[in-house]
Amino acid sequence: MITEIDMEYVKSMIKEGKRIDGREFEEFRNLKIESGFVKNAEGSALVTLGETQVLVGVKIELGEPFPDTPNEGVLMVNSELGPIASPDFESGPPNEQSVELARVVDRGIRESKCMNMEKLCIEPGEKVWMVCIDIHVLNDDGNLIDASSIGAIAAILNTKMPKLNEDGTINRENREEKLEISQIPVACTLHKIEGELILDPDLKEESAVEGRLTVTTIDGQLCAMQKGGICGFTPEEVYKAIDISLKKGSELRKKLE
Amino acid sequence: MSELIKDGRRLDGRKLDELREIEAKAGVIKRADGSGYFRLGNTIAVAAVYGPRELHPKHLVDPVKAYVKYRYNMAPFSTTERVKPGPSRRSTEISKVIKEAISSVLFLEEYPKTGIEVFIEVLQADASTRCVGLNAASIALADAGIPMRDLIVSCSAGKIDGKVVLDIAGEEDFEGEVDLPIAYVPRENKIYLLQMDGIISQEDFRKAIEMATKGCEIIYEKQKEAIKRKYEAFEEGVKK
Repeated sequence: MITEIDMEYVKSMIKEGKRIDGREFEEFRNLKIESGFVKNAEGSALVTLGETQVLVGVKIELGEPFPDTPNEGVLMVNSELGPIASPDFESGPPNEQSVELARVVDRGIRESKCMNMEKLCIEPGEKVWMVCIDIHVLNDDGNLIDASSIGAIAAILNTKMPKLNEDGTINRENREEKLEISQIPVACTLHKIEGELILDPDLKEESAVEGRLTVTTIDGQLCAMQKGGICGFTPEEVYKAIDISLKKGSELRKKLE
Repeated sequence: MSELIKDGRRLDGRKLDELREIEAKAGVIKRADGSGYFRLGNTIAVAAVYGPRELHPKHLVDPVKAYVKYRYNMAPFSTTERVKPGPSRRSTEISKVIKEAISSVLFLEEYPKTGIEVFIEVLQADASTRCVGLNAASIALADAGIPMRDLIVSCSAGKIDGKVVLDIAGEEDFEGEVDLPIAYVPRENKIYLLQMDGIISQEDFRKAIEMATKGCEIIYEKQKEAIKRKYEAFEEGVKK
């Protein structure tokens, strides 16, 4: 349960240039990535970021391509904010928070062009490989976007492709060939509290956040962005957020490589 | 891939930093408390505002401020391929980000326990539908007489053929490299909506933001004209 008192405490600390758990403004909590956590998934990763825990699984399926991209495989990202992860989550169809989370992670991966979608085509217009990424939040203690984004890229880096049987069915045994990944997109979300930009808030800090800006970067460049929350950002604040994300992104990328 | 820029001009003849033709009107839906129409080239949206009024469902009621309910919807016939009616993941996300942008410019604390409902219908789509919808909504909110910090304005910048351009349309939407819609409040110099997809350098990103905010300044004037025009027409009617 987070109270008004917690929120005011977070704000008063930020005003003094401090955070409630003693971290620097641009410091992440302890990050642990366990790749290959689920044996039955083609790829998976369990990400623990402080107390936040997200399990991402990749399943590779056979399917039909979209009519406007007959020569390309299909990428799908879905997220599940189930009641297990927080007293605030309910079961049922995905709410807007869940849809936004999945779409922000999706855009980061898709727009980085880290996957060669044409290589996932088996028969143009007929049959392609579908890469289905499912984000399963196990415990929400803030910063789900960054944790899920790290989990998603870790899981696809861990993915081994199934083979195709002669009769055209899928063969998931003895998977060896890795899914080819050429870039490592990493999302960093800057959260604004009392005019300051901080990284990786926990749930208490998140309650005081007025606005956020997610910047997904690949080596030295940006590939996707999303602003959320009520408060505005001046162009200068946006540029500053980008600088921080580029710097932090390359640090995180080293942990993924 | 076909060429999108030739001799400094785009396929539709525009310069790199030129907006499409703008048409803005206030008070187009009579039953609504406020309404707006906005057209940017071939993209057309209408918006209606109802409220502040009793809010349903009840669990959304906020004792200290009004709740903004927002729906962005594309008419099934607005695009080349029919859009399946009903909410999609795309429209859910767009509704969420626009709702947050709108909430930030309204004095919601003036109307506790109520709902302010904003509905946007995209009638014809040719890129930038969320921007055009938001511009229509901004006019509609002013038309409904809801106190606002300022009008909120939206337009997009992007990158095509390696160049930063304003207001992507038509072919550019499919073949372009980057799309960057923003919503901006000129008086505060603040950005309230920002989404981007596509690979871009920091330098080009700055250019795109500068271009988009300049585009917003132009649209801002058109929005103000539209709202004034409604009252001028009304005044003339009274004189007669």
